[in-house]
Amino acid sequence: MKLPPFQRLLDEHADGLRRFLVGYVGWEEAEDCWQETLLAALEAYPGLRHGRNLRGWLFTIARRKALDCLRRRARDAKPGLALDGVEAAPPELPDWELWGRVAALPEKQRAAVALRFLADLPYAEVAEAMGISEAAARQNVRAGLASLRKTMPGKETL
Amino acid sequence: MSGIADRLQNLTVPPSATEGFADRAFAGGRAGAAYGRISTPIGELTAVVTQRGLLNLIFEEQDQDRALQRVADKVTPAILEVPAAVGFVREGLDDYFRGRAFRIEMPLDRTLITTYQGRVLDFAYDIPAGEVRTYRQTAQGAGDGRAARAAGRALATNPLPVVLPCHRVVASDGGLRGYAGGLDRKRLLLEHEGFGR
Repeated sequence: MKLPPFQRLLDEHADGLRRFLVGYVGWEEAEDCWQETLLAALEAYPGLRHGRNLRGWLFTIARRKALDCLRRRARDAKPGLALDGVEAAPPELPDWELWGRVAALPEKQRAAVALRFLADLPYAEVAEAMGISEAAARQNVRAGLASLRKTMPGKETL
Repeated sequence: MSGIADRLQNLTVPPSATEGFADRAFAGGRAGAAYGRISTPIGELTAVVTQRGLLNLIFEEQDQDRALQRVADKVTPAILEVPAAVGFVREGLDDYFRGRAFRIEMPLDRTLITTYQGRVLDFAYDIPAGEVRTYRQTAQGAGDGRAARAAGRALATNPLPVVLPCHRVVASDGGLRGYAGGLDRKRLLLEHEGFGR
């Protein structure tokens, strides 16, 4: 399969990538990670041998870039913070509370939940982007959702 | 699906500033090619440029997706939409359509032009505005007067129409013959250059 012009990938997936990154690395870091992801993808793109599963390829790069970013931050600034928990959404945002709960999830659960529900990927691609099995991806999503349900106030409205 | 999953899917994120990304990526030399649209008296053209110059000019009736896919296959798939990158093409065409410069000079990327086609198009480029040549004369100019048909094909697949004026080549009986942008455009361009006056 031929490679479409990169602009097509941008039109189709830029928003999904951003939604994933906002959920996974938090609002503060998402913009930089998004730019880094797209730049890395653009540079690697002409070297791809086929155009199958470009979305999975893009999110794999995004996850890797985002994980680098989280590790950098954990190492440089707040050693105690590790990879679990990122900057929550600014309180002026609608749904900031739910964003905050997502931000507080452990790293793997946060990645899986953000890929599955913020970027709307099927489980097979969630697994691919995270480099884990599909069963493990489902397990992380389940655990993440359970934790969100438990910690959300006003559960009855969910 | 649980309620929490629905709520997650409905969370809003401000739209991505993809234009800013594309601008910077091309300006920084990270994208191989960029395209943008230019409105002209003969309709909207899509210009595809590389870091070297204008690569391809596409008429609005032509299949844009196919033309861009061809650039992706033959030159680079690292193509972004960057309106600012085609500014020099816009200026050159503007000078042409305002009658300030019928010989359009701008940096060109000739990657999509074959060697023989290059000779044919160079000959066309040197036909003075307001004049025409026949396919046979053009073939002669490109080195072989018997190759009128090959010259015709080379002109018909010109990736840089208007700029390399393949429209200045017509049939020996004076008929316009053919044009990738349609015969009406060919006529308009020739009239604009003062041919037949």
